[in-house]
Amino acid sequence: MIRAARHLAGTLVAGLLFGAGLAVGGMTDPRKVIGFLDVGGAWDPSLALVMVGAVAVHFVAYRWVRGSAAPLFADEFAVPKLRYIDRKLVTGSVIFGAGWGLGGYCPGPGIVSLGAGSRDALLFVLTMAVGWVLTAKFETWKPAPRKTTSELPGGGPAEVS
Amino acid sequence: MTEFTPYTSLAGGVLIGLAASLLLIGYGRVAGVSGIAGNLLLGKHGDRAWRGAFLLGLLLAGALVAWLMPEAVGTSPRSLASIAAAGLLVGVGTRLGSGCTSGHGVCGLTRLSPRSLVATLAFMLSGVVTVTLLRWLGGGA
Repeated sequence: MIRAARHLAGTLVAGLLFGAGLAVGGMTDPRKVIGFLDVGGAWDPSLALVMVGAVAVHFVAYRWVRGSAAPLFADEFAVPKLRYIDRKLVTGSVIFGAGWGLGGYCPGPGIVSLGAGSRDALLFVLTMAVGWVLTAKFETWKPAPRKTTSELPGGGPAEVS
Repeated sequence: MTEFTPYTSLAGGVLIGLAASLLLIGYGRVAGVSGIAGNLLLGKHGDRAWRGAFLLGLLLAGALVAWLMPEAVGTSPRSLASIAAAGLLVGVGTRLGSGCTSGHGVCGLTRLSPRSLVATLAFMLSGVVTVTLLRWLGGGA
């Protein structure tokens, strides 16, 4: 019981830090996101530094934790191990990028902006959730023709990173 | 045009990196927002509480930001119809592509995952093409 409460408190703090980082970094301003993607126009490269900072810090943590058998407060790691590249991955990512450039929101900043009371973000998050549900219901894309698909829990796109 | 903010953007990235590290070292989880939120709606029942806690953290962060640094939360320059279409595209795309900017772009690149490298290049390129096309069309989306 205490363990479960600590688990939830810890993940809540992680979400809080994560959301603060998105806002401080500039990801919750759709104009800045669109400026970042407007490489041939009025380009604002700031958001590349968000990724540099995040990857640099997380890389150290990942190297440090990689050899351990289990996380500190849970029984096992749930890190995606898939390595294949298929059309579903690429097509999905291209569709996501189009939506990112169209609205100026990706999922994390959309949810943080919703918490800040943004009406645009409310519309974005609601339609994004519709997209998730519709895809889960109607998607019939065959798993990649590799044996590694057995690593997918439940055989579906379950452990989405 | 928005202002170049190298220091605050780097600082925000460091916070994101720390949050992702806390989730990985403490709880063995990858900080991918589309997966955490999508599987709150669609995943297994016993696996939902921590996802809800993380999302609550994101929402609380938003509330704090609105209070302490409201200028950080902007509005989209696009029409409501475009924002709705964008939400659908992001939902469908991140579900098919198994991740978004956080899961592939931060956590996956950190693990040197070839899937995440390809996904990140694909959504970056697609985002650049989309914004460029919209600028050519006059930005009236």
